[in-house]
Amino acid sequence: MSAVSPPPASPSALTAPARPAPRPARRAGRGLLLAEWTKMRSVRSTPWTLVIFACVSLGLTGLFTWLTLHSLNSGRNGARDSGILTDPVSFILGTGLGLGQLAICVLGVLVITGEYSSGTIRASLLAVPHRYPVMLAKALVFAVLVFMAGEIVAFCSYFIGAVLVNGETVTVTGRIAGHAVTAHRTLNVSLSQPGVLRAVFGSGLYLTVLGLFALAIGGLIRHTAGAITAVIGMVLVIFPLAGLLPDSWGAHIHTYLPTVAGQLITQDKPTAGQLLSAWQGFGVFCAWTALLLAAAIVLLQRRDA
Amino acid sequence: MIEAQDLTKRYGDKLAVDHLTFRVEPGRVTGFLGPNGAGKSTTMRLVLGLDRPAGGRATINGRPYAELAQPLRTVGALLEARAMHPGRSARNHLLFLAQTQGLPSRRVDEVLDLVGLREVAGKRTKGYSLGMGQRVGIAAAMLGDPSVLLLDEPVNGLDPEGILWVRNLIKQLAGEGRTIFVSSHLMNEMAVTADHLIVIGKGKLIADCSTREFISRSSEKSVLVRSPDANRLADLIAAEGGKALAQEPSDGQAASLSVTGLEAPRIGEIAAANRIVLHELTPQLASLEEAFMELTAGSVEYGSGETAPAAAPAAESLTPPGGSQ
Repeated sequence: MSAVSPPPASPSALTAPARPAPRPARRAGRGLLLAEWTKMRSVRSTPWTLVIFACVSLGLTGLFTWLTLHSLNSGRNGARDSGILTDPVSFILGTGLGLGQLAICVLGVLVITGEYSSGTIRASLLAVPHRYPVMLAKALVFAVLVFMAGEIVAFCSYFIGAVLVNGETVTVTGRIAGHAVTAHRTLNVSLSQPGVLRAVFGSGLYLTVLGLFALAIGGLIRHTAGAITAVIGMVLVIFPLAGLLPDSWGAHIHTYLPTVAGQLITQDKPTAGQLLSAWQGFGVFCAWTALLLAAAIVLLQRRDA
Repeated sequence: MIEAQDLTKRYGDKLAVDHLTFRVEPGRVTGFLGPNGAGKSTTMRLVLGLDRPAGGRATINGRPYAELAQPLRTVGALLEARAMHPGRSARNHLLFLAQTQGLPSRRVDEVLDLVGLREVAGKRTKGYSLGMGQRVGIAAAMLGDPSVLLLDEPVNGLDPEGILWVRNLIKQLAGEGRTIFVSSHLMNEMAVTADHLIVIGKGKLIADCSTREFISRSSEKSVLVRSPDANRLADLIAAEGGKALAQEPSDGQAASLSVTGLEAPRIGEIAAANRIVLHELTPQLASLEEAFMELTAGSVEYGSGETAPAAAPAAESLTPPGGSQ
């Protein structure tokens, strides 16, 4: 059979590397994680998307917070602006990150569909014919990356918002029972207030799982444009629209949708009639994501590459 | 060694690979020939575990590809389609592959030197020519210093110097005792590179024999005869049991015949005995290209209804009994 082993006379540069016995699984796993990190850092889309994520999130947090305070102070407050009065932390975390999260969706899709569109997936699967370790290693490396970027940006967003909000006195005029009422409120947010630290830290966690959610969709659809459309369509349109479903069954469906449940952890104060706690909601989001990743892995094992 | 047994792949109701059985031996270059769409690339993908076969199995050194612990240390593959991200540099492409196999990063520089791409390795592959892309693919295949190499159209897009380089590299690697399986649609390239040929058409095995045998046995030898008295000669040849086909006469030249079934000396004797003037008497040597066209045309003719690959009439004489060795 393979009686002929490569003889010493290898081509010029080919100093035949020693062939050690199969290494322990742990070292093989480390190699896979290193390889996925190499893949991720060596395409420009990764740093660029993260820069866009940070700029959009931080910039819009500052801009929206400042604009809202400004319009309140000039007496042009509408119903939308009152959010900053009732729950300033959720307002701060919801504005910039609400748009910045789309960059994470795009990146999550790209790290997997980029392999399919370029054909790199074939090289990856030739190197790892068991296939599923590729997806697991990719998910793990990507989760760590998004977690770090997400926490940094979430805390920076919070601090930018807090600096703008704290000590600001807002004059609110309204009508109660036909009488014009004027009230003065001094806004104050702090990480030591109940639920605030959890909401800020939770924003980073939410972004991490959102990234994995997008990665799973990318793995299922395998085409960049289709997967990005699907993820953003779900996060921005379909899931929020489900909030219009009538009656209590509608509310239940809406609550258990992936990102709707996941976003509960980014709010420091529960809203009235909230069906899930912050951590329960996060658990629901994690379960959805795990399910989709499992489906992506099953299809990866089954489909021709 | 690569072995395929009854390998079958179906796309919808089309059989892309139809019960292929063959064996690729170490220590020689085995060419893999077939017209476009014959199933060469699909067969290679099946051997490499990228596609799932509908039936049969393929093994490398006795084991399915998926069971190899660090496959790139055993098998190197160059696929026809590019398998690298245009935005990633060649070095990083090779580096991540090396990391999956636990190979040191200096191994990346070694294979970059081997293919002569060290200077440009830091650039994104987007800007590479087709030939440079092929070289990166060959570097990736050589990364783990494998004992088995599958190369799908390796000279595709290479300049003459590059073609010569690949040819010599392949021969050298085979000389070291490695198993080399090279597909190509360039028959004449295979004629000078391959020691052994596996020819398929419409997913079926047509021939599995040495290159020399393929050329000599698969083609009908013919003799070109030019004579002002071609018609009378044609009758005489027919009377002797030969077959003469009149060719279109070119300007200012005597009419010519393409004769099969008789050797050139015998035709000359017939002409001399009958006092017929000959202007030309040339034995025609079939090229590998012609042999290939002839055989694959046959596969189309006999193609339907056969299941066992060796059952195709054209293949019968060329498939070694019971596989090789």
